[in-house]
Amino acid sequence: MLTVLLAIGMLVLLSLVFGAILGYANVRFHVEGDPIVDQIDALLPQTQCGQCGHPGCRPYAEAIANGEAINHCPPGGQSTIQALADLLDVEAVPLDGDHGTETAKRVAVIREDECIGCTKCIQACPVDAILGAAKQMHTVIADECTGCDLCVEPCPVDCIDMVEVGVTAKTWSWDKPQGIAATSLNIIATDRQAEVVH
Amino acid sequence: MQTASIFSFHGGIHPAENKAQSLQLPLGRPSLPSELILPLGQHIGQSSRPLVKVGDSVLKGDAIAINNGFLSSFLHAPTSGTVSAIEERLIAHPSGLSDLCIILTPDGKDTWTTLEPLNNWQDISKTDVLAYLSEMGIIGMGGAGFPTQVKLQGAHKNPLTHFIINAAECEPYITADDMLIREKTLELVLGIEILQHLVEAENVVIGIEDNKPTAIAALKTVLTQRNSNIQVAVVPTKYPSGGEKQLIQLLTGKEVPSGQYPADIGILCQNVGTCVAVHDAIKLGRPLISRFTTLTGDALNASQNVEVLLGTPISHLLDYADANPNALHRLIMGGPMMGYTIDSPLVPIVKTSNCILAASKKELPTPAPEQACIRCGMCEQACPASLLPQQLLWFSKSQEFEKAEHHNLFDCIECGACSYVCPSSIPLVQYYRHTKSSIREAREANVKSDLAKQRFEARKARQDAEAAEKEAKRLARQKAAPSKTTDAKKATPAKAAPAVAEPASDDSKKLKVDIAIGKSKLKKLQKQLLEAQEKEHVEDINSLQLQVSDQEKTVASLEAQLANVAQAAPAAEATPAPANDELKKAKIDVALIGVKLKKLQKQLDESPDDQELKDKVAGFEADLKAAQAILATLGASAPVASAPKAAANDDLKKLKIDAAIAKAAVKKVEKALKKAEEINAPEIDAIRQQLQDAQQRADELEKALANPEAATQTAETTTAKAESVADSANADAAKKRKIDLAIAKAGIKKAEKNIQLLKDQGKDESEINASEWPKKLIEAQEKLATLESEQPTPATAKTETKAVPAEAQAAADMDLATQIKKEKIAVALAKAQINKLNKRLENSPEDTNSIRQEIDAAEKRLQSAEALLEKLIHSQTNMQENR
Repeated sequence: MLTVLLAIGMLVLLSLVFGAILGYANVRFHVEGDPIVDQIDALLPQTQCGQCGHPGCRPYAEAIANGEAINHCPPGGQSTIQALADLLDVEAVPLDGDHGTETAKRVAVIREDECIGCTKCIQACPVDAILGAAKQMHTVIADECTGCDLCVEPCPVDCIDMVEVGVTAKTWSWDKPQGIAATSLNIIATDRQAEVVH
Repeated sequence: MQTASIFSFHGGIHPAENKAQSLQLPLGRPSLPSELILPLGQHIGQSSRPLVKVGDSVLKGDAIAINNGFLSSFLHAPTSGTVSAIEERLIAHPSGLSDLCIILTPDGKDTWTTLEPLNNWQDISKTDVLAYLSEMGIIGMGGAGFPTQVKLQGAHKNPLTHFIINAAECEPYITADDMLIREKTLELVLGIEILQHLVEAENVVIGIEDNKPTAIAALKTVLTQRNSNIQVAVVPTKYPSGGEKQLIQLLTGKEVPSGQYPADIGILCQNVGTCVAVHDAIKLGRPLISRFTTLTGDALNASQNVEVLLGTPISHLLDYADANPNALHRLIMGGPMMGYTIDSPLVPIVKTSNCILAASKKELPTPAPEQACIRCGMCEQACPASLLPQQLLWFSKSQEFEKAEHHNLFDCIECGACSYVCPSSIPLVQYYRHTKSSIREAREANVKSDLAKQRFEARKARQDAEAAEKEAKRLARQKAAPSKTTDAKKATPAKAAPAVAEPASDDSKKLKVDIAIGKSKLKKLQKQLLEAQEKEHVEDINSLQLQVSDQEKTVASLEAQLANVAQAAPAAEATPAPANDELKKAKIDVALIGVKLKKLQKQLDESPDDQELKDKVAGFEADLKAAQAILATLGASAPVASAPKAAANDDLKKLKIDAAIAKAAVKKVEKALKKAEEINAPEIDAIRQQLQDAQQRADELEKALANPEAATQTAETTTAKAESVADSANADAAKKRKIDLAIAKAGIKKAEKNIQLLKDQGKDESEINASEWPKKLIEAQEKLATLESEQPTPATAKTETKAVPAEAQAAADMDLATQIKKEKIAVALAKAQINKLNKRLENSPEDTNSIRQEIDAAEKRLQSAEALLEKLIHSQTNMQENR
């Protein structure tokens, strides 16, 4: 009887001690904010285009953390979906067409002759990539433009074009080799049986 | 001359050398091509910026492009001629893409520009020498084309133990460096000496492979002659001993740590070509405009080395080396191991082109198809960088970039040794290149997205701050508004004396803005009216017409104020010019109002029954007269310079604030009205009434605003004391009146509210009428009316005593007009009520009696209102006739 009581007493004591340690650790090492949101946000392309239906990338990251689908980001495309799937350990799904399709990287270009200087695009640009003043010609800083399209719609004279960023010698990258060619699978005689049958 | 000890490096291969072919013939010098194509990006880093325009003539050695940033270089004209174009041309690049090039058409004279050798290079600072080298367009001629001055600057970070001259030239087929050493031995040694002066290394070693005996002999001869302490280290032939890191390992036994540069371990490496270019630049003053290039391959009948001008198209060189087009299978820029296939022979020679390999099919057959990796491990044995090529292949194939990086993918020098030994013919280097560029792209995208995020967040923070500031300002204004009025009051007597003309001009500015706003509102209202007329909404038309005329009056009164203020201001400044401006303005006003009047009269002619139009015409006539009166006074007072009216301005301000508040109230009610119209609520009439009340109040205030101005203006001739007394008395009276007005209005509002409440509770009109509220409402309205009719009297009296009849009349006119308006509204309202009651009468025959009674009452009201209106109009016309 005493052994049983002793055992129970010991366990109670242990649980109290560990509970105290855990409780202390919880307070001492408390993490401010939601780290998973930061991680998701880091994977998103930060175009701030709102095509996902959220006002910016971070709100979408928060929505994903709360269980929204990961395939609502057209600018990120399949690679972002893959990265998110890896991070969240969910299945990678194809891009949701309702939110737009993946396009090549583009930048906004203002046809400067036609610009009337209304500053509407400047107000629309989420990354302050448009330069100009009221009644002065505006221009896009191409390096800062994320290609989000948000400036196109407000333009009263439709003088903003989205231009695809072409590949230059500096941005060109090597193609991936085709891999093991189909023909090379048949170099061993026994592999060719299917053909021999005919 | 000493001999250096030789170490060894891991891996390496021994491919067929094939160097003899191109050494059969002596150094060739091809003729000038018909055009030279000079790409602006011939090196690592930023492309150069062109210094010339199309059509410019240049001499041989003139700079045609300037460096564009830190990691960039100059470019010079390889011969004399004219710039025929600056355009996109195919360049020597594995992508086969085009880039911006300067196209130079040679004039055939090959005239050198004035050459200025840097003879005092030993005396001037090393920084100056480096800058000079940069201006001479010198870049590393071995491989990537790293700008030499940048590399030399980097070498100053640590004291150098070794300065290594790379003459290994390990790649098969290429003999350009071999030929360069043979042809320009002395220049090479002098160049090395200059560089040694710049970097001050402990040891200077020339690393050369043992398959160049002639070059080694020539070097040794010169070095012995010059009694130089430059060492020659003959290394065994093994590919890729010419790689920078491999040669360093061979000659020093030290390995360059991953991710670092040779300079970090105290070693500098330079290609022999670069040393000769440095010599030419400093001793001869010649920029880098030509280079040694090997033309070789089975498809060429005359394989040889050539000293070729930069920009020479490869097709020109192929012709020179007697190429056999039928045999030509692949054209390779560089050697067979590290070079790349070029699709077009039109691409030009650049500063880093050391070899053109025109290979036949037999020489360089199409690579065998890739097969599965059999894990033989031969690639690992061959890798000179001691990497694990097989692991890197898996990671590259499965896109596991992070793991590939962990396995030091970026230490791969892409020498191709692994691919060379692979029994499965796997193009390993191609996989690595693809993975490297993918990782680089991802990194760049990351940097860009971080930047975008930063900018987005900065923008958000800025917007939030702006919003907060606005809110704070709004609150501050709200708080300041009441205290300001009292302040102004206190300050009035004090401020009466000092001459400050500024506020007057400020006021006029403000007034101008107000006028502009009022005009735009007027336009909007007119538009609405038009729309309503088109759609035949009778009620809307009535109310809108009233609003329009209100707004017109407001604008007119504002203009009148502006004239007054402006009149005060120039008077204070004692300059006739502004007064003349005001005169002009007043004249314009008169003209404007005249035009408006004409327009209205025309309309009136078309529809003579329209009472509204008639009223409007009358109003405009009054406006016109007022404006003419102002013009007259202006004409009289313009030359008179008198004391400033600061006190008046303070009062003005106060009144203006009140006016603004009243306007805001008007707006608020207008909004409510709109809303009510939208939902077709039954309380529209009540709200309309409120709106009119509010508008009236705003008008009154504006008028009050105009009156003190008139007063102050006329008081110009009297003493300051008398004036301030009069002003304060005036202000007191105005205040009292205002309080009364406010009380009356509050009573109206309260009554209306209660009526509304009753309506809401579902009680019908008869019940409401039975209650005391309608009575109270009417009482309050009456009181308000009487107060309002009293209101202008003191001002008028005052102005009359001051003997300015025109202004008094204008004020009286305006007052009359307001009353007329009010009565019109009452008439319209009564009419509407009658209509409504008639409708109800039709719908509900049960309580005919009570409704009839109501109708009678309403008709009575209508009659009395109409009578009053007639009287008012009559008195107005009388007044106008009297004038």
